[in-house]
Amino acid sequence: MPRTDNGTTPAIEFRDVEKRFGDHTVLEGLNFTVSPGERVTLIGPSGSGKTTILRLIMTLESLTGGYIDVHGEPLTHEERGGKRVALPGKRVRANTKRIGMVFQHFNLFPNMTVIENLVEAPIHVLGLSRDEATRKARGLLEKVGLSDKETEHPSRLSGGQQQRVAIARALAMDPDILLLDEVTSALDPELVEDVLAVLRDIAAETDITMLIVTHEMQFARDVSQRVMMFDGGVILEEGPPDEIFTRPSHERTQKFLSAVLD
Amino acid sequence: MNPSWWSWQAAWDALPLLLKGFGTTLVATVGGTVIAVILGLLIAVLLRGLPAGIAWLPRLLVAFIRNTPLIVQLVFVYTLFSMSDALIEVSALTVGIVVIGIHYSTYMSESYRAGIDAVPQGQWEAISALSLPPVRSFRSIILPQALRATVPSLGNYAVAMFKDTPFLMAIYVTELVRTAEQVGGRTFAYTEAFTLAGLIFLAASYPTSLLIRRLEKSLATY
Amino acid sequence: MGERLTTLADFAPQLWDGLLVTLQLTIGGALGTVVIAIVLGLGMLAPTRWISVPSRVVVEFFRGTSLLVQLFWFFYVLPIVLDVNLEPLTCGILALALNYGAYSAEVVRSSIENVPKGQWEAAMALSLSPARRMFRVIFPQGWALMIPSLATLQIQLLKGTAVASFITLQDLNDRVGVLRQQTGDTLFSYTVGLLIYFVLAWLIQVGMDALERQAKRRLGRGGPGLLARLRGTRGQGGAQAKEVAA
Repeated sequence: MPRTDNGTTPAIEFRDVEKRFGDHTVLEGLNFTVSPGERVTLIGPSGSGKTTILRLIMTLESLTGGYIDVHGEPLTHEERGGKRVALPGKRVRANTKRIGMVFQHFNLFPNMTVIENLVEAPIHVLGLSRDEATRKARGLLEKVGLSDKETEHPSRLSGGQQQRVAIARALAMDPDILLLDEVTSALDPELVEDVLAVLRDIAAETDITMLIVTHEMQFARDVSQRVMMFDGGVILEEGPPDEIFTRPSHERTQKFLSAVLD
Repeated sequence: MNPSWWSWQAAWDALPLLLKGFGTTLVATVGGTVIAVILGLLIAVLLRGLPAGIAWLPRLLVAFIRNTPLIVQLVFVYTLFSMSDALIEVSALTVGIVVIGIHYSTYMSESYRAGIDAVPQGQWEAISALSLPPVRSFRSIILPQALRATVPSLGNYAVAMFKDTPFLMAIYVTELVRTAEQVGGRTFAYTEAFTLAGLIFLAASYPTSLLIRRLEKSLATY
Repeated sequence: MGERLTTLADFAPQLWDGLLVTLQLTIGGALGTVVIAIVLGLGMLAPTRWISVPSRVVVEFFRGTSLLVQLFWFFYVLPIVLDVNLEPLTCGILALALNYGAYSAEVVRSSIENVPKGQWEAAMALSLSPARRMFRVIFPQGWALMIPSLATLQIQLLKGTAVASFITLQDLNDRVGVLRQQTGDTLFSYTVGLLIYFVLAWLIQVGMDALERQAKRRLGRGGPGLLARLRGTRGQGGAQAKEVAA
């Protein structure tokens, strides 16, 4: 079993990952690991493959080559007798139970109230009782500061409130990996800070492994231990945020950062 | 494959008669479509032009025709004509074509209305900004744009009408399905006659939809 | 006119019987339509070709051949082929359900396809099973989109029931014909008949409009529900925990 530098099984491991859309190759021969509890921010120009990486881990895209392991277990494909074999859908779904994702456009279910959004999967996927799931959901709503919105429909909430509900919904599944895909990009500027504050708290209070795609560089600096700069589907450079943000070694990273930080 | 309920010979024998009946089906479809396309446009323009105080009456009439069964309307009008001696003798087919055309004009008027509504507000504003004559502008600027958007919808209704033409047998028009029933009644080859009738419908509605798509393209380029 | 009304009163029981047959055809056909529309509509969206292609073929077949041909086929041919006895009412419901079901299946398919992709993704991210994904998340949202078109098709179905008299059923259309024979007054008889159909169509429209409003309310669109408005609880926030657990 592969090990990270400090000897533990990685939370996420990409091995020769390839992703093609038709003739278009987004990722090729990609290798990296993420340690348990680590927070990694992926930066890079649009189309560099950052979001695709999150979507591959969430199995929203199909892997066209290579392997992704989660806690040492194959996620969607495994090697059997020297052959690459796809795992059955049921097993893939079981593997993704503890992986949570928050989307750019929230994607709350409009046909359910706020609390119904939060209890649906814990009851029907994790097998919690309704009471238990409701109790937990209330705790999470309190944490994101929306206790008074329990019975509202998502459409009656502001974008920032919807995104906080979406974060609570992801946390309700007790994820040990959380994928944040440009979670503030669709928000009005004045609503961004509320959402980031919630995420900062979660980062401080839990040891959830996080993969973050964001343009909020200050936030990335505050919460992540490592920044990976992507360009054209390859890792251009990586390192602690202070190093990447202050002394980027690649010219392209410099250009990208000055464009984003303006 | 030669099960007891199917005879290729009976099917072969029925075919010429069925095709003759199909000719009547086509005549009814074409005639009905011509009436519906013209009348539908007139209804749409009329309803748009009438003041709100009066418009409810024709609107109700249109809704009444659209939401009641075509078959009942066919028998109703046909009986009215055949009962009264005062009127000139009209063939059942003629009555059928007119009734089917009027029925579908109520649907097509909706297509026209949607098409006219879909013309960008800016077009109307440009017309009044340029002080162009309203009626002429409606005809030469708004309508052509509206028509282009309307064609696929009209085409779909024409195909729907085609599949409704068998209702004409209610007033004894010997179209395809009535022919099939007659063949069946005479030779007991119901299976062959009705199966062939269905296949003829299927075989005809596909090229028709292709034709509509081509028409749509040629209109879109103008 | 008074004389006509007396005749109508005398004839009312017969009209009522005809109306019942029309209602049986409409309701039976409508239920069948919904089942067939959902099965074939979702079938066309199935990930495997073994399901999606046959579903598409069945839909095209019943859309492409005419209702009346299908009716006669079930009435005259199916009993010979299968060597079974089919009641005319069964034939009628079968033909109506399959014909309008095929059209409705297209409505179901396109409405489901119009539910935003993000909804599928969020459901997948929560690891919901495919069945729950469809019936708890996607379908309720597609439902609100499909109701207006389904309403139009339900009215078409009602109008289509008038073919029943071709296969010996004594439906409303048939009874109106008898009324005309007895009174000799075409205008009167058929006006009465058409008005009854018009009222039925209007009732369907009213019912479907109510369904649409309810579906939109479930999505948090449109005004508050009647009950909530009466209680005056909606929109005030606060802990309305009781409703939640239900």
